[in-house]
Amino acid sequence: MHNKTITELAKDLRAKKYSSVELTQFFLDRINQHQALNCFISVSEESALKQAKAADIKLAKGEATALTGIPVAQKDIFCTQGIKTSCGSKMLDNFIAPYDATVIEKFNQAGAVMPGKLNMDEFAMGSSNETSYYGPVKNPWNLDIVPGGSSGGTAAAISARLVPAATGTDTGGSIRQPASLCGITGLKPTYGRVSRYGMIAYASSLDQGGPMARSAEDAALLLQTMAGFDPKDSTSVDSEVPDYSATLNDSIEGLKIGLPKEFFSEDLNGDIAAVIEATVNEYKKLGAEVKEVSMPNLKLAIPSYYVIASAECSANLSRFDGVRFGYRCDKPADLTDMYTRSRGEAFGPEVKRRILMGTYALSAGYYDAYYLKAQQVRRLISDDFNKALSEVDVLMGPVSPSTAFAIGEKSGDPIQMYLSDIYTIAINLAGLPAMSIPAGFADAKPVGLQIIGNYFAEARLLNIAHQYQQVSDWHKQAPKGFE
Amino acid sequence: MEWETVIGLEIHAQLATKSKIFSAASTAYGAEPNTQACAVDLGLPGVLPVLNREAVRMAVKFGLAIDAEIAPYSIFARKNYFYPDLPKGYQISQFELPIVGNGHLDIEVDGMTKRIGVTRAHLEEDAGKSLHEDFHGLTGIDLNRAGTPLLEIVSEPDMRSAKEAVAYMRKLHELVRYLGVCDGNMQEGSFRCDANVSVRLKSQQEFGTRAEIKNINSFKFVEKAINYEIERQIDLLEGGGKVVQETRLYDANKDETRSMRSKEEANDYRYFPDPDLLPVHIEESLKDQIKTELPELPDAKKARFIEQYGMDNESAATLTSSRELADYYEAVMKESGGEAKLSTNWISGDLIGALNKAGLEVTQCPIDHGRLAGLLKRIADNTISGKIAKQVFDELWNSEASADEIIEAKGLKQITDSGAIETIIDTIIANNPAQVEQYLGGKDKVFGFFVGQVMKETQGKANPGEVNKMLKEKLKR
Repeated sequence: MHNKTITELAKDLRAKKYSSVELTQFFLDRINQHQALNCFISVSEESALKQAKAADIKLAKGEATALTGIPVAQKDIFCTQGIKTSCGSKMLDNFIAPYDATVIEKFNQAGAVMPGKLNMDEFAMGSSNETSYYGPVKNPWNLDIVPGGSSGGTAAAISARLVPAATGTDTGGSIRQPASLCGITGLKPTYGRVSRYGMIAYASSLDQGGPMARSAEDAALLLQTMAGFDPKDSTSVDSEVPDYSATLNDSIEGLKIGLPKEFFSEDLNGDIAAVIEATVNEYKKLGAEVKEVSMPNLKLAIPSYYVIASAECSANLSRFDGVRFGYRCDKPADLTDMYTRSRGEAFGPEVKRRILMGTYALSAGYYDAYYLKAQQVRRLISDDFNKALSEVDVLMGPVSPSTAFAIGEKSGDPIQMYLSDIYTIAINLAGLPAMSIPAGFADAKPVGLQIIGNYFAEARLLNIAHQYQQVSDWHKQAPKGFE
Repeated sequence: MEWETVIGLEIHAQLATKSKIFSAASTAYGAEPNTQACAVDLGLPGVLPVLNREAVRMAVKFGLAIDAEIAPYSIFARKNYFYPDLPKGYQISQFELPIVGNGHLDIEVDGMTKRIGVTRAHLEEDAGKSLHEDFHGLTGIDLNRAGTPLLEIVSEPDMRSAKEAVAYMRKLHELVRYLGVCDGNMQEGSFRCDANVSVRLKSQQEFGTRAEIKNINSFKFVEKAINYEIERQIDLLEGGGKVVQETRLYDANKDETRSMRSKEEANDYRYFPDPDLLPVHIEESLKDQIKTELPELPDAKKARFIEQYGMDNESAATLTSSRELADYYEAVMKESGGEAKLSTNWISGDLIGALNKAGLEVTQCPIDHGRLAGLLKRIADNTISGKIAKQVFDELWNSEASADEIIEAKGLKQITDSGAIETIIDTIIANNPAQVEQYLGGKDKVFGFFVGQVMKETQGKANPGEVNKMLKEKLKR
């Protein structure tokens, strides 16, 4: 069952080959069996089986939709009523939200089953899943390497077939980079396409939830459920959600692909460059035309991102003060002691680093030099993309400059770590949708291809990804021991 | 040395919306602690603010009423600081690009009109409340008020005395209540003020160093606090000292201001645009629509009352001091058949006196406009005298009956039957020969004695004009 796609599982459920309760129990057992991967922070067996029972009733009544009865795990950044939401932090180790995030509500309404909450970098800050309070997630392709971050728990769980699909969030590449490093399919939608309500904020103007799955076809089903206007999120966009599955089989004959030359500099690992080149050649065979484009301001993306994201996180994380919820230090002497010790004891070093950077960037006398300048750069990068996407339909390139690195290899060097998001970050600054799809292997580790589209072009991206997945089988390969 | 005072006010007016500025929780005052705070007000992880359209409309309405520029594009910012009753660790406010720009308000002090500039007015959310009583060694937090919409109205430093500051504050208070954008309840903190006070030599151009007095919630205290502060600063400067820029607190019990924190300790608020909220675009059409909803404003109404009802300046000011009072006046006028002078005198005199004594607002007046008009009609048509009318007024205040019912039940109808009055007069003249003699001897004061006797005999119901006329006839020398 674990190798089947959502569509196949849904068909089996309808044909009564097995019930949702059986399917759910199967995946719960599999999750339990592979605890060594450290993919899950919480496993919600009891509530999952309850949901499965309810799904079976719906199935029996013929009221099922595409996801009814299908196990879909959630990144532990989405608030779930009654089930712990930790955001990978000691700060929220004791936090049980009194409400469901809009995305969770939507999955519940669709009848999906949530087997548990997935491990992640603390407050989504990290590129390797090593900053989680709950310890690093292991990459199923090689237990000594990282799965990528911050949706590393999601990517590893899907890759190891512990769940058919799950959610991730992407602030600077956190869906695409782990998808690439674990060999799965991940889509970061256009900013505003999926509600952020109930998704614990890291950097509000960049955060975007999205689907992660084993195929574009499954990702389309997930996005269908997640997308849409939410009156509770002022930045969510009020535009119609297309039928993402309906256009998957459209021809891509005549597709204009742009290759940004800045994506293929000497920083890019040669093996990865070769994989990308081969994939682009496959697209040519499918009828696509390829053109080189240039985005001169791309090199400014990382500094700009770290100023903006840090500035926003410094404010977003202020609410974790030990007053109303979350961690409070033992026997505070006074108010300042309560603040400083609660925050000092419960935040990890990477979170502290970014809060301090952001506080500095916003402080009197530095605002203009850092925050304002970063916003201007952000605009330039957006303009670069707009210009490029006026000449071509989509942009393609690598997701990450290297394949998955060893656990501990970069954790002592934040700059090196930040550079692993060099090809993904600019897309968040521009708010564009982008995907990572399995494109091959380098040194026996998965390599992803990044496809970047225009605003709200998710259907087109999924179509382009699906067409490639019809002529390739990288996305079907399973890591050893998890087949 | 001759000193000049420079005062600017920042007024926080709580907007009279039903729900909070960024959440659907109620803004009603006085509920049990933390019962009117939803997930958004509590700042729970993952929640997001959604702007209350009504708060924006109210801000625009206020801006239009003071002839201010309404920003076609305004943004919200985060003002960052830590405090237990500030749930998110930042307050959502406006910094650059506030919704209301330059405007003005005319005040009247000692018969002179003066224009006070309004620099800006911006929307922001209120914080919660820290409770120190009942929590031994701990602090309780009530977040009912967190997220309540405030309009912070910042004046130019145009005021030169505490009196002008109070006049400005009163004028604003009157205006926001007219507009219905703020209930103006100062005890509940719906309308409060920070005063920036500095002094300089009369000959000096540049401003002196200012002190900011925080959170003053009554007109009386504003005047006292500013006057105390002026004196403190002048004493300091004349003694060779220097004023330091700082935040001060007014202690009403001791009638003094004292230092809260100096500029050096001041927070760096690290303002930046709130990424959770979109910029606010105000279309011309919205402004036009709100313009049509503006009520007649106090100054215009006052001018009209003077013109239309022939009032003096003072009565017009009194009767237009609140929209409700003015409405009451006009309703009485209409129903009493246009008795302007009577209505003016009775409402600005007896009625307001009684309301003040009972501590009531005109909206809580026990005599509705119809019943008061009923009384005025009976005065106008001579059914009762002015003196009897006061008695009827008291009855109206204490009962549900109409003036006519009271007059009827108590037999207060004025005696206009001259035959009956004549008989009484004849009897009194016959019974008091000594007084008659005195009067005829030239002691005019005695005339009052006869009037008094007639009124006593008729229990005040005789028409005084009639009595005077007839007595004069009868006592002809």
